Amino acid sequence: MISVQREDFDAGAEIEQLGQADGDTGAVVSFTGVVRRGAPDDPLLSMTLEHYPGMTEKCLADIEAQARERWPLSDVLIIHRYGTLKPSDRIVLVVAAAQHRAAAFEAVQFLMDYLKTDAPFWKREVRHSGTVWVEAKSQDASARARWTAA
Amino acid sequence: MKILYFAWVKAKIGKGEEDLTPPEDVRSVQALVHWLQARGEGYAEAFADQTRIRAAVNQDHADFAAAIGPNDEIAFFPPVTGG
Repeated sequence: MISVQREDFDAGAEIEQLGQADGDTGAVVSFTGVVRRGAPDDPLLSMTLEHYPGMTEKCLADIEAQARERWPLSDVLIIHRYGTLKPSDRIVLVVAAAQHRAAAFEAVQFLMDYLKTDAPFWKREVRHSGTVWVEAKSQDASARARWTAA
Repeated sequence: MKILYFAWVKAKIGKGEEDLTPPEDVRSVQALVHWLQARGEGYAEAFADQTRIRAAVNQDHADFAAAIGPNDEIAFFPPVTGG
């Protein structure tokens, strides 16, 4: 399931719900992304996430479908926020449920790696020194590439 | 043709969305970029370094060689930074 939303989410409640999806789920793995304050000499004051409505949902649904093809998952949840966030606010929650832990662990990493390079979100940071658009990191592309390596 | 801009591409061009009718020989993302570049200073600046621009056609990531038509939705944006 996909949700692109401005509002915060209750990670605990979402994780608990996925664990109870059916009687066969033996592993629920989650990742929560949180806004970092960053360097003490130039702290982040706030961050605004812009996205491409329509394409974002399509892209996240496609990533979920790819994960379900690779691993036997009983459930998947991706929640991504947009709008203005402050340090320590939650940005993203990815949860995968499976019978066994290996599938759930791997699926969450896969989902995050693909989300980072494919989902149309852009971060603009307001720092003490000024406002900047966040630049994409080459490590994110490498992290995604490991899933397609032979 | 519906054209969308996001993040700093939108900031440089000064709008997030517009409906345009490029000439008939504009049949690829690359050709559209060339045509847009000539539309004004903001466009020229936004597309100055094309290695920093990504595109989507009908809400799917696309490379600059991708074919486009009058009823397509094309978007231009920097490499994504979500998560």
